[in-house]
Amino acid sequence: MELLATALPALGEALALIFQPQQILFLVLGVLLGLSVGVFPGLGGIAGLSLVLPFIFGMDPVSGLALMVGLVAVVPTSDTFASVLLGIPGSSASQATVLDGFPLSKKGEAARALSAAFISSLFGGILGAVVLTFFILVARPMILAFGIPEMLAVTFLGLSMVAILAGRIPLKGICAAGLGLMVGTIGEAAAGGSLRMSTYDIPYLIDGLSLVIVGLGIFAIPEIVSLLRQDRSISSDGGLGSGWLHGIADWFRNIWLSIKCSAVGVMVGVIPGLGGSVVDWIAYGFTVQSAKDKSQFGKGDIRGVIGPESSNNAKEGGGLVPTLIFGIPGSGSMAVFLGGLALLGYEAGPHMVRNNLDITYTIVWSLALANVVGAGLCILLSGQIAKLTTIRFTLVAPFLFMVIAFAAFQSRQSLGDLVALMAVGMLGIFLKRFDWSRPAFLIGFVLSSQTENFTNMANQLATTRFRRDFWEGIDYIASPITLIIVVLTVVSIIIGIRQGKQILGSGDVPAGGKRAPMIFLLVVTAYLMVAWLDAASINLITDKVFPVTIGGISLIGCLILLIMMMRAPETDPLFADLERGGEDGNAPHGLWATLGWFAFLLVLCSLLGFILALIIFLVAFLRLRAQISWLHTTILTVCGVGFICFMAGMLNRDFPPGLLQEFVKLPWPLT
Amino acid sequence: MRDDRATVSGWAAGLVAGVSLMAVAAAPANAADLAGKTVEFVIPFSESGGSARWANFYAPLLSEALPGNPTVVVKFMPGAGSTKGANWFQEQDVTDGTVIFGTSGSTQFPYLLGDPRVRYEYNDWQVVLASGVGGVSYLPPDLAEKFDGDADDLKGINFQWGSQGATRLDLVANLAWKMLGMTVDPVFGIKGRGDGRLMFERGEANIDYQTSPAYLKSVVPLVEQGLASPMMVWGSLDADGNIVRDPTFPDIPTFKEVCEATEGCETSGEAWDAWKAFFIAGFPAQKMVFLPGGASAETVAMYEQAFNDIIARDDFAEKSAATLGIYPQMTGDAATNAKTLATSVGDDSKSYVVNWLEADYGVSLK
Repeated sequence: MELLATALPALGEALALIFQPQQILFLVLGVLLGLSVGVFPGLGGIAGLSLVLPFIFGMDPVSGLALMVGLVAVVPTSDTFASVLLGIPGSSASQATVLDGFPLSKKGEAARALSAAFISSLFGGILGAVVLTFFILVARPMILAFGIPEMLAVTFLGLSMVAILAGRIPLKGICAAGLGLMVGTIGEAAAGGSLRMSTYDIPYLIDGLSLVIVGLGIFAIPEIVSLLRQDRSISSDGGLGSGWLHGIADWFRNIWLSIKCSAVGVMVGVIPGLGGSVVDWIAYGFTVQSAKDKSQFGKGDIRGVIGPESSNNAKEGGGLVPTLIFGIPGSGSMAVFLGGLALLGYEAGPHMVRNNLDITYTIVWSLALANVVGAGLCILLSGQIAKLTTIRFTLVAPFLFMVIAFAAFQSRQSLGDLVALMAVGMLGIFLKRFDWSRPAFLIGFVLSSQTENFTNMANQLATTRFRRDFWEGIDYIASPITLIIVVLTVVSIIIGIRQGKQILGSGDVPAGGKRAPMIFLLVVTAYLMVAWLDAASINLITDKVFPVTIGGISLIGCLILLIMMMRAPETDPLFADLERGGEDGNAPHGLWATLGWFAFLLVLCSLLGFILALIIFLVAFLRLRAQISWLHTTILTVCGVGFICFMAGMLNRDFPPGLLQEFVKLPWPLT
Repeated sequence: MRDDRATVSGWAAGLVAGVSLMAVAAAPANAADLAGKTVEFVIPFSESGGSARWANFYAPLLSEALPGNPTVVVKFMPGAGSTKGANWFQEQDVTDGTVIFGTSGSTQFPYLLGDPRVRYEYNDWQVVLASGVGGVSYLPPDLAEKFDGDADDLKGINFQWGSQGATRLDLVANLAWKMLGMTVDPVFGIKGRGDGRLMFERGEANIDYQTSPAYLKSVVPLVEQGLASPMMVWGSLDADGNIVRDPTFPDIPTFKEVCEATEGCETSGEAWDAWKAFFIAGFPAQKMVFLPGGASAETVAMYEQAFNDIIARDDFAEKSAATLGIYPQMTGDAATNAKTLATSVGDDSKSYVVNWLEADYGVSLK
């Protein structure tokens, strides 16, 4: 009751503040900006917020907040376009959406998938705001209850989703996850700074690979290459089967799922230090585990879109709690948001919730309102934008290559980004070809540094407590919260093992010929071997334990696989090879020739710089591969180059320079 | 083409100019004029850190103060703990002042420690501004009771705290506590000092330190609620390079005072020299603005004048207190002195720290 007495008046004030014509205008402006930036994979909220930050200075607080919140709120909504329509995970928030969203597009149900995703986002966002309104007043002690062991447990829960996403041969999934974990350790170790699989002579590797590049390489490139080989539209029959109303009906039918996943989103989002990377996987895993008929997951089950999308906007709301109460940003965009808040004269922290509850609520409810406006707009647009999937893909692909190369370059602004993208893209292509679970790899990669860090820290903190007193140590490690999460993890693994085979793994996959799958396995084993030896040579125990352990387990997995392969006949699903038949095997264009086009762009880029390379690439591709007229080629090239220049100019981003720029100083945008 | 680009900080500059209606400080007649040009203010960190806040604070002011009112763009170039950006800057030979570079303690430390990634040389660069920051160490109330101006009663307690890494800015805190004879076990691997404070609030850590802006914002409320208690500040440097009390926290003793009062802690000798050298690199001259080595004396003078004008603004104290804290913003000879102090460490101090990092944390810098 006391809670209500504090909350309600402030809530009233906040709502009165928000529902002013001027504030709504700024909110809508923020939403529009956020949508246009958010559809661009790899840019996301940080770029958008940096764009408006200069305007914030000197604005009245509520308008400024409306603008910023509008922008932050819609990024996890708008990146759904890329993940559903094109199979490109725009940010960590939309990785799991790709799994079922993109197959739906291929079935010609893009509009349905989009509208279901947006209505789920909308719902998740509002539910998040309702929960937050009351939770933010009592959240402090609960958040403080989440220490390192608890966070480690949640990370394990995220990792346990590998079990259900492992695919047809569980061991392959485990090896894929192990490989992901190992790739995640590349670079400077967080604890002691030792180098792993990198050297000071290649500075690029010291920071490790970025999530954007791995996401693009593992999901987007294999899908784009595979589609491009078909020379047809994304939607396999060229049409749009069911409309956006259908998607909303789908959501309504699964409203309980949406509620549950939103709750998961808020809860995980509230814990500072975890970041958003686990949320959508946990939500996806949960969706699959709780479904009765699992046969369609991974092939276009609408529930696989509703689950993660409900959670990711709820997570943004949840993420506001640590950001506002402790002043600790949960993500990069939240960090910029805090900067903007400071420009308006508010310092986030305990003060904020106590003394500026009305402002706090303004933020929370602006977020909800922005969700409604953003998702509403997206739903209305989804029918039109979904038509993209009916265009001949050969005309879309070169622009996707352009966007992907540009997005990848934003991660470190180095030519190394493009090399890394190509390398990871190749890995992605092979994982897809030989039926190794790509989600398992990605989960491993995403959670690698968290797992290692939390394990090291929990170990160190617990050891001191055990040394002091045995029971104090037990008390620290085995708190009720940890135990509950551990039980959930175990349950999730058991369900995953029992039912995982049905997901991502049903239907026939062509097999035949031992050589290619065997060579790939040997290459993976060789990499793991080298990485293991490299880790074993590190002196610092904290930097060594994790890669040595994980590498060792993955190596054993690979060796067992190798033995299994030696004994199995070549028709065994172990030797799955998509080139041996089916859609890929019978594609009119070859794998290497198609990938060659992308490599052509990247190589040209390293020689001439991005814009010059892009012009040559677009002209060559549209003329030679798409075989359209000079007129159309010119128009499309000018549009594409103009668009990318406009985006880069607006957001003050650079293009990758090439060898040419070393010798000749060229004016922007040719630099 | 480039000049027409709508740039983030360019808008900020225009906005500030429009909003504040401040008369632009009259620039002296100078051959160099940046009218119509774009100045890139390169920061070797990401958009979210303290350096970003500092650069975003100065960029619009610089745009107003520089002759010709150029557009000042803050450009972020994070990577490899800021050494990537510094290595890039080393290669720059722009002499007209259109490229400037902002460093932080995290750029200074690898340089001082002879980190293999460092391919840059501070002595080649010309400093035009040095900004100071302070640091405060604090304890939980129950342990603070045992602290009475000396750390004698804190010996024998197992301290733990969340640290970003042995070779980072946290080195100053680790060395200070060690010199006081305290047993402090750093838990490495946190992403920022805010995470360290959270560990303290959760009771997982029982000692911590924060830079002043963060302390003022987030720890002072804890102190008011009786959840934390300040122990000591690292201190400030006076004009002669002596460590004195931090003007932001005049009531909190400096580490130097605590060390003098504590048995076994010496304010002379190699440990003290090493601590002081790294403290000076990390705090009183934490953030510096540099021009490339090739920039002409005229350009350097132009920037010095611009920063002097900014600091002399009537509203500067108020504006900077909110963002940067109450710390000296040094130009001219003061900045040059600060740079010299911040980037030159005697071989003895350096080898002392390198050996200590190896012995206590197993970190080898080869």
